Amino acid sequence: MTWLGPEEWEAVALSLKVSLWATVVSLPLGILTAYALARWRFPGRQILNGLVHLPLILPPVVTGYLLLLTFGTQGPLGGPLQEIGIVFAFRWTGAALAAGIMAFPLMVRAIRLSIEAVDPRLEAAATTLGAARPMVFLTVTLPLILPGVLAGAVLAFAKAMGEFGATITFVSNIPGETRTLSTAIYAFLQIPGGDSSALRLVVVSIVIAMGALMLAEWLSVRVARRVSGR
Amino acid sequence: MTLEVRISRRLPGFVLDVDFEVASGITVLFGPSGAGKTSVVNGVAGLSRPDEGRIVSNGRVLLDTKRGIQVAPHRRRIGYVFQEPRLFPHLSVRGNLRYGQRFAGRRGRPGDLDAITEVLGIGPLLDRRPGALSGGEKSRVALGRALLSSPDLILADEPLAALDAARKAEILPLFERLRDDLGVPVLYVSHSAEEVARLATTVVALSRGRVIAQGPALEILGNPSVTPVGPRAAGAVLEARVAAHHADGLTELDAGGLPLFVPGHAGKVGAQTRLRIAAHDVMLSLDPPERISALNVLPGRVETVTEAEGPGVLVRLETPAGPVLSYVTRRSASALGLKEGLGCHAIVKTVTL
Repeated sequence: MTWLGPEEWEAVALSLKVSLWATVVSLPLGILTAYALARWRFPGRQILNGLVHLPLILPPVVTGYLLLLTFGTQGPLGGPLQEIGIVFAFRWTGAALAAGIMAFPLMVRAIRLSIEAVDPRLEAAATTLGAARPMVFLTVTLPLILPGVLAGAVLAFAKAMGEFGATITFVSNIPGETRTLSTAIYAFLQIPGGDSSALRLVVVSIVIAMGALMLAEWLSVRVARRVSGR
Repeated sequence: MTLEVRISRRLPGFVLDVDFEVASGITVLFGPSGAGKTSVVNGVAGLSRPDEGRIVSNGRVLLDTKRGIQVAPHRRRIGYVFQEPRLFPHLSVRGNLRYGQRFAGRRGRPGDLDAITEVLGIGPLLDRRPGALSGGEKSRVALGRALLSSPDLILADEPLAALDAARKAEILPLFERLRDDLGVPVLYVSHSAEEVARLATTVVALSRGRVIAQGPALEILGNPSVTPVGPRAAGAVLEARVAAHHADGLTELDAGGLPLFVPGHAGKVGAQTRLRIAAHDVMLSLDPPERISALNVLPGRVETVTEAEGPGVLVRLETPAGPVLSYVTRRSASALGLKEGLGCHAIVKTVTL
């Protein structure tokens, strides 16, 4: 890559890796959470809803600090996880965890909306035709919400690409390990003569964000068409 | 094949408490809107849970609240044709038809898809999407889909309610074929007396959550004290044989030796048919009427005079063709002195097949 310098490219590649992992790992959980919020009535549903949306409202630095407290090597989860060889603090996996959590509300919202657009009477019809619950989900619900799931994933990916506050608080800004696109831009702006590198990364961010938004928009149009069966 | 249903459930405004049996043929659950018909079929399908009850299908206990048995809806082997077609929008017509078939596994026979598409006339639609189908086409696919899941019983919840008259005329004969050829018992929900007259082998009349009468269709429909949808919609059903087709466009039927004339070409000569005489289409005359335009006059004898809602009474006449109901005003009834045993003539304005 000639247009981007090696340091810049490293940051873009790391961001892509972090966001991809953040999206792929959180997607099944996002679908489950969205389904629970859309379809199940259980005590604590509002609390779950609040928890899911919390990262959207809290200052990112607070989320990052809470992650550090929980998943730091001394933390209540970080300690035991370290024993079995899983470390998040100051690693790229930690950046993925932070990005995944920050992107989670967006993902769940998009999927939940598409689940709410599915007529539950279709699912009831499927059970009378002999399909058990999990089968109904796989053969009726999931195909109908697939465009919404993809849209949620694209949005989450774009959000993860741009994550800054929680990432820098939780895993710092280590070149090659946790220096993502956003933290790299920040770092370049701190050094004299770094603005041209920063600008190039800004262009990359804008292109990825716009591309993701347009893809998400196009996919959500398809949900409506699919649910109407034309 | 039998289905025994005993369900009780508290519903807003009243308590549903029913107990009836479904044997072969079409059993119509007949009653006005809000009588609890849909709650009954949802209970049978397992889509809603009754407070108390027992449902046994072909010896298989599907529900027994006393013994804590509740078979999941997908294991009940009960096909459900809903009021709206509920086709899966993301699947083609073929995909919809096959949906239940694959869960039926060994119980389904491989040739079924072709046979049922043929009966329902949906062969040309197989590769279309549900969104591109008309209302009548959707109903036929929904019926096919339920049949292909190889159910022990089909539930049909007012499957014609959302269709216009022409589409109804297209779907009704399919249920008749189901009854006569395919041998799948059907529990059919309806508030339409015409549908009941046409399809029912057995009628279970429901009113405000209770079974008010059950028995063979002709018997229930000819009973003036069982009018779940009101006396205006009452009407007796007679069985007749097509006797001849006349050059002036009328078909002559033979009902217990009496000739009846209906417009149009109704079936082959010798064929058995059912005809319905709506109670409000029957006038009564004590003398044999002369020089009137009505073609069909049945001599008979008053069997019962039953008080009905509103200003009328329902008179049941015994005629050689079978029982005929007439809805007349209370004033006319007393002016004519209608009482049990009185001979009179039923002047029938319209006969529907």
